[in-house]
Amino acid sequence: MELICPAGTPAAFREAVDAGADAVYCGFRDETNARNFPGLNFSREELGEAIAYARRKGTQTFVALNTFMRAGHESLWYEAAADAVQLGVDALILADFGLMAHVAETYPEQRLHVSVQASASNPDAVNFLVETFGARRVVLPRTLTIPDIARLARRIRCEIEVFVFGGLCVMAEGRCSLSSYATGKSPNMNGVCSPASHVRYRQDGSDLVSELGAYTINRFPRDEAAGYPTLCKGRFDIADAHGYAFEDPVSLDVMDQIDALREAGVSALKIEGRQRGKAYVAEVVATLRKALDARPEERRALLARLRLLSEGQRTTSGAYEKRWR
Amino acid sequence: MNAGKPMLTLGPVLYLWEGEKWRDFYFRIADEAPVTHVVIGETVCSKRLHFTDPYLPPVIERLVAAGKRIVFSTLALVTLERESQYVRSLAADSPYPVEANDLSALALLKGEPHWIGPFVNVYNAATARLLARRGASSICLPPELPASSITEIVSQTPGIGFEVLAFGRMPLAISARCAHARAKGHIKDNCQFVCKDDPDGLPVKTLDRQSFLALNGVQTVSFTCQALLADLSDLVGSGVSRFRLSPQDCDMVAVARLYDEVLDGRVDAEDGLARLRQIYPDAPFSNGFHHGQEGAAWIARARNLAHGANA
Repeated sequence: MELICPAGTPAAFREAVDAGADAVYCGFRDETNARNFPGLNFSREELGEAIAYARRKGTQTFVALNTFMRAGHESLWYEAAADAVQLGVDALILADFGLMAHVAETYPEQRLHVSVQASASNPDAVNFLVETFGARRVVLPRTLTIPDIARLARRIRCEIEVFVFGGLCVMAEGRCSLSSYATGKSPNMNGVCSPASHVRYRQDGSDLVSELGAYTINRFPRDEAAGYPTLCKGRFDIADAHGYAFEDPVSLDVMDQIDALREAGVSALKIEGRQRGKAYVAEVVATLRKALDARPEERRALLARLRLLSEGQRTTSGAYEKRWR
Repeated sequence: MNAGKPMLTLGPVLYLWEGEKWRDFYFRIADEAPVTHVVIGETVCSKRLHFTDPYLPPVIERLVAAGKRIVFSTLALVTLERESQYVRSLAADSPYPVEANDLSALALLKGEPHWIGPFVNVYNAATARLLARRGASSICLPPELPASSITEIVSQTPGIGFEVLAFGRMPLAISARCAHARAKGHIKDNCQFVCKDDPDGLPVKTLDRQSFLALNGVQTVSFTCQALLADLSDLVGSGVSRFRLSPQDCDMVAVARLYDEVLDGRVDAEDGLARLRQIYPDAPFSNGFHHGQEGAAWIARARNLAHGANA
């Protein structure tokens, strides 16, 4: 199985390549990708240099153009696709049908991957994208169990990539407007979720309150570390219950299921985290590379190291485990 | 595309209602509501199908007898094999047009006239035209779209109808996990259909007791109710041909009559909003997405002042 690694900066990109990534994915510095955060992403020139660096080391480069084209401004996405193709990326990761159609028609040789944001969660959906746009790989939404993936794999005609480590969307990706409901900015349209521009922390007695737009997302007593107010990871009141209504502040880790994922027919494992620093990327990629190549009995010790890296943060198998639902 | 009077569509009931309540709701819609189209069928959770299945034939019969045009809804999230089977059987056997709410339905409906529901991501005309070429005759645009995108998409996609959600809590997210069941101490696989206890959604408040969202099984909807009464005439001018009223647990016949009267010009939008507040007092109104702002926002209609209306 390939290891697909995130890079939000040229420095993180080189670290990922050096640490043993089979492919590194990244995006341009604008709203054409779903990690459109200040200080992140690549200029055309930086992408060209990154591709050259990766190629010398035998690593592939994927470019995510995985937001939905704003009506009337499609040229921003078309130009990004043209430049990425011209720079020689190994695959484009796309979510918008209009953009998929444009790429399939204009660059029929270009390898097209279906972004998790496209929400292709069943055989008919995936085969539609394969037949209509020539998609070669699908990144599956985080809504499926491993047996679901195995069943899907037998019935589709393209490769499967799944997220195994990092941030976890609770909602079906590409179909969530929670962020824009509170802030006006969404993953689909702006490439951001719960953007920092709309985050505010305020002290209330001994509590630190985190807000997104006009809404309180969490409240931390003095002895609790304050987390970032990602909307779906907040604490809310529902009837008599209050607490983490959608998901606890956990991150995804299913590296202990590598063999099951391989047997299910998965060809690539994806690490989330383009917003992460280069030291994190280097450590995670190097460890997961070793774990992937190690014998199962050696893996446990390797993976324990990663838990230290996300110290204080709990991990989950998410939807891969049926009980999560 | 701006020929004739704009029409009203009743969207599918997104919530789990008791079978008899669901039946009687549609009987009354058939007899009294000035809607031309009724989109019907489970859209949120496949586990709920058995609640309404027994009542579907008499409901369809009543709606058809009343001259309503039926469109069958499909599931917004299809992951399990039995969910795929359900969508396949609808696509193959439905005597009425089917509305696609995920990519599998889209794939299966190619080449036959069908509708595209608000759960399919249509953010631009390139996508809308692609869907039209595959046989879509109508697209209900996602609630997140601002007016500028709606205008652009409609003007650049001739030959099909466009619909905009004009009333109802907005669908915001859907998950493999059921937050509704979890809030009541269950998980999805053993949910005991607790969402049935909240026919208008289960309110989610912030820790500072601000009304924020509502849970509807695996779906999260806005706490606010989209109310585009004041924007209807502009949208008609942009070429939108139908407006969707999404059922809430209130007098939807009254809602439909009111929208019909505003569309006809018999009631002005401001008076209409005041009446709408009486019909559905449970949720504040919002129109923020339409105005390119946060979806929860209410943007008062400043332009009405220039037209001489009372502020």
